[in-house]
Amino acid sequence: MSELVFQTITELSGRLATGEISSAELTRTFIARTKSLDQRVHAFNSFDAGDALAQAVASDERRAAGQSRGPLDGIPVGLKDVIAVTGQPLTASSRMLANFVSPYDATVTARLKQAGAVLWGRLNCDEFAMGSSTENSAFGPAANPWDLARVPGGSSGGSAAAVAAGEAVATLGSDTGGSIRQPAALCGVVGLKPTYGLVSRYGLVAFASSLDQIGPMTRTVEDAAIMLGAIAGHDENDSTSYRSQIPDYRAELKRRPGPWRIGLPREYFGEGLDPEIGAAVEQAVAFYRAQGCEVKPVSLPHTPYCLDTYYIIATAEASSNLARFDGVRYGHRSKDAKDAVDLYFKSRSEGFGPEVKRRIILGTYVLSSGYYDAFYLRAQKVRTLIRRDFLKAYEEVDALLTPTSPVPAFKLGEKSDPLALYLCDIYTIGVNLAGLPAISVPCGFTRAGLPIGLQLIGQPFQEADLLALAHVYERAHDWCRRRPAFAAVASSG
Amino acid sequence: MSSAPDLNLDHVAHLARLTLTAEERAQFAQQLGDVLHHIEQLSKVDVTGIEPTAHAFPIVNVWAEDIPRPGLPVEAALRNAPAQRDHMVAVPKVVD
Amino acid sequence: MPYEAVIGLEVHVQIKTRSKIFTRVAAGYGQPENTLTDPVVLALPGSLPVMNKAALDAIIKAGLLLGCEIAPVCKWDRKNYFYPDSPKNYQISQYDQPICLGGHVEIELPGPARNVMGEHKRIPLTRIHLEEDVGKLNHFATDSLVDYNRAGTPLMEIVSEPALHTAEEAFAYLTSLRATMIYGGISDCDMEKGQLRCDANISIRPVGAATLGTKVELKNLNSISYVRDGIAHEIKRQLGVLERGGTIVQETRDYDGLTGTSQSLRSKEMAHDYRYFPDPDLMPVQVDEGWKQRLRAECPELPFDKQRRFLEQYQLPYTLTSVLVWDRALADYFEAAVASADTSQAQAVGNWIVNDLLRELGSAKLQLAETKVKPAQLAALVKLVESGTLRTNTAKEVFVEMFASGEAPDAIATRRGLNSAPTDAGELEQWCRDAIAGNPKALAEFNAGKDSAINAFKGPVMKAAKGKADPKLVDATLRRLLATM
Ligand SMILES: [Mg+2]
Ligand SMILES: [Zn+2]
Repeated sequence: MSELVFQTITELSGRLATGEISSAELTRTFIARTKSLDQRVHAFNSFDAGDALAQAVASDERRAAGQSRGPLDGIPVGLKDVIAVTGQPLTASSRMLANFVSPYDATVTARLKQAGAVLWGRLNCDEFAMGSSTENSAFGPAANPWDLARVPGGSSGGSAAAVAAGEAVATLGSDTGGSIRQPAALCGVVGLKPTYGLVSRYGLVAFASSLDQIGPMTRTVEDAAIMLGAIAGHDENDSTSYRSQIPDYRAELKRRPGPWRIGLPREYFGEGLDPEIGAAVEQAVAFYRAQGCEVKPVSLPHTPYCLDTYYIIATAEASSNLARFDGVRYGHRSKDAKDAVDLYFKSRSEGFGPEVKRRIILGTYVLSSGYYDAFYLRAQKVRTLIRRDFLKAYEEVDALLTPTSPVPAFKLGEKSDPLALYLCDIYTIGVNLAGLPAISVPCGFTRAGLPIGLQLIGQPFQEADLLALAHVYERAHDWCRRRPAFAAVASSG
Repeated sequence: MSSAPDLNLDHVAHLARLTLTAEERAQFAQQLGDVLHHIEQLSKVDVTGIEPTAHAFPIVNVWAEDIPRPGLPVEAALRNAPAQRDHMVAVPKVVD
Repeated sequence: MPYEAVIGLEVHVQIKTRSKIFTRVAAGYGQPENTLTDPVVLALPGSLPVMNKAALDAIIKAGLLLGCEIAPVCKWDRKNYFYPDSPKNYQISQYDQPICLGGHVEIELPGPARNVMGEHKRIPLTRIHLEEDVGKLNHFATDSLVDYNRAGTPLMEIVSEPALHTAEEAFAYLTSLRATMIYGGISDCDMEKGQLRCDANISIRPVGAATLGTKVELKNLNSISYVRDGIAHEIKRQLGVLERGGTIVQETRDYDGLTGTSQSLRSKEMAHDYRYFPDPDLMPVQVDEGWKQRLRAECPELPFDKQRRFLEQYQLPYTLTSVLVWDRALADYFEAAVASADTSQAQAVGNWIVNDLLRELGSAKLQLAETKVKPAQLAALVKLVESGTLRTNTAKEVFVEMFASGEAPDAIATRRGLNSAPTDAGELEQWCRDAIAGNPKALAEFNAGKDSAINAFKGPVMKAAKGKADPKLVDATLRRLLATM
């Protein structure tokens, strides 16, 4: 049964349906495995084994009564620790929320419960989703299952590592500037950032409201389609939620065979790209050509400004979103505040880690009197230009193909300079600024055995096409069947 | 490595209700200086006549009808409060 | 040197909605602490705002009532500042694109005498915007307690131009604004419940000067009288400072209505930096003509317009109108009663309402809506008096009984034998013959087919009967006699 933990939603739901296994057995397997492995991976901030088992038993009872709710019923799914679950801790990997217990469900949580998923654990991430390595977690970094001395990427590093290490069948992450796709690439799993507005943000601890999206992290594209189908769709509790019909993404995978016109943005293949990653992506390009796709270079001329635009908008929104963490109604409260004002200064200074403070300060600065026009307003205008670049490219092509990350997983502690770390996101942040959907799928390994991710960028709300495009590639390759050596050793032990 | 000429770190930290240690202060001044130096290149972009993007997919008039629904019971509302008394959140004295 | 004061008012009015402005938990006053909260009100991590359509309707209606221009598009901004009553530590408000621009509040200044109308002025408004209210802090010796029930209540901020010059004008402004909001059903404007709150910006300058002096913000003016008294006090204080050769310091002062004194809260040497920016969690509002039309149709006639109409249409004395029009329900009651009586009896109806009905309501501590006296019954009472069936003194007794029991006035009068019949039928017939003979013009009109001309004979008959004739019998007798003529 050791292979159980590396199976897909599709495979496991089949086994559950035939009665070969029960959800309770499956869940127990994940609990046991996580208990034995996670001291080294640290993918989880917390889990509630009793609660997960109770959900699994309820799923088995539904199935026995002939009331199974579909492919996710009984499947253990982990949530990034920025997504609210009633009665469970919600820490955002911050000391600030170390003792916070959510009294309500995020919309995605409610929808996964509705689909029958066994909500299994809260996954480590960078504090308040700010980072690209999960090293900014107040509870200690997560490790990359392919090389425990390396980072899993971030900020949804725990969500990626849990899938890669066989500690969850699928997980949810959140992506503000690449936080689903980059860790997916670094951990060799599939990560989908949906179009802004497709998935409700209600119950997601906000980092940058105009950029944040929740999305699935899975072993396969088909699993991503199943997860997306469960969580997508209009929500009256999120004013930025898009009103649209949600297709059956899984069924659509087979109905959209291509060929597609694929654009290669010139600006994404230049200086700074690891040659091994460049070569792997070239092979993926060759694959699509061989499938009869038209592949041509396109230009996104404002790409050099994406990073700056992103850091202005994201930090400005964050500085305001994180003002609520003041030690008054919930969260860390300093023991020695002499009055209410002092309480703010002390609680916030004690509760937030350095990266969060840095970003709050940057965001406060760019909004402050006299600087708004030069920074925030200008960034919003450049954002318009960045968006236009993408929409113009889509006049010629159906999708864009790029590397997900310029570098493979790096060593813990290797990138101590914030700016160097910010540069890890250069291929992913444009997508958030433009609000587009994008997916990272495994597309090979470096000679050192580290996973490489391929990013495919789709058109707004056309996730069905994007998933189908990724699915064609995935079916012709077996990257998703590889196991990290650590995980294999750990599971045989 | 530059430090941003305009960034009055103490003033901005005060606005953000953060107290920085001397170490953080020195580190942030340098790091944020680098970031702001990088950001300076945005001033090169010609944005004349360009509308700002506040929402990737703007729609108008997103609202709900005025029909109340139940909220949180007071116990749940105060469950995470670090201090409470008489069904209210207690804070150290507010001085203007 | 003669000085003049320049006053601008910032008025916050809570909008009467069932749920809060950005979430659907109930809004309300006087509920047990922290029972009107939810994740949005408490700003729990992950919560998001959703606009309340009714709050938008209300502010657009307020804007239409005050003659504002309604912006075709407006958006939401975050005003960032830390305070324990503000759950998010930012307030969702409107900064550079408020929903209502311009407009004015019509005011009336005190006249030379109580029964003479005073001067009217239009005080221009800068803007009205929509925002959310904060929670309530209760201060104790060593700590403060926060109740979030009020947090998220829809709030309009109505900003006047600095165009008021006296405390009396400010008083008149608030009186008129308050009545307008109540008329529109937008707010109950109960200042004791914090439904209307007023801050005043006050400066003084030499008469004729073009620039404004240093302004002082006066806070905690929690009744309309305190607004008047506080402003008067502040103007005097500033004049005193200048007379002593001092300079006015820009500051915020707290006025204590009980002691009639004020003290400095904080000087503005460190200006706030609110770091306004568009709220990414909310979408803009677009107001089209159709929406405005729908709300315009719901807009009531404003008190001063009603007053002008009452003066002209009913020929009411100013004193009566100035009581009737400030309460929409009272004015409606009046018009309903007049409709049951006759326009010529409007002043009598008005007098009965203002003198008798309001007195009885006052001593019974009842609201107008609670009275048992229907407008038509009041009209019937007026008719009995006008026709001479009841004498005024008797009618007053009948009214007190009507007020207590809700019984019709003629029933009370008959039961208690208050409308006595004439001594005998022959006497009545003679009075009728005399009345017809005394008014040949009315006789000619009646014969020409004008039935109402018969009323012209009834007055003299009643007069002869000293009011103690049965109107029905008088009418029947007159008709019998007229038919033979
Ligand atoms: Mg104001
Ligand atoms: Zn205000």
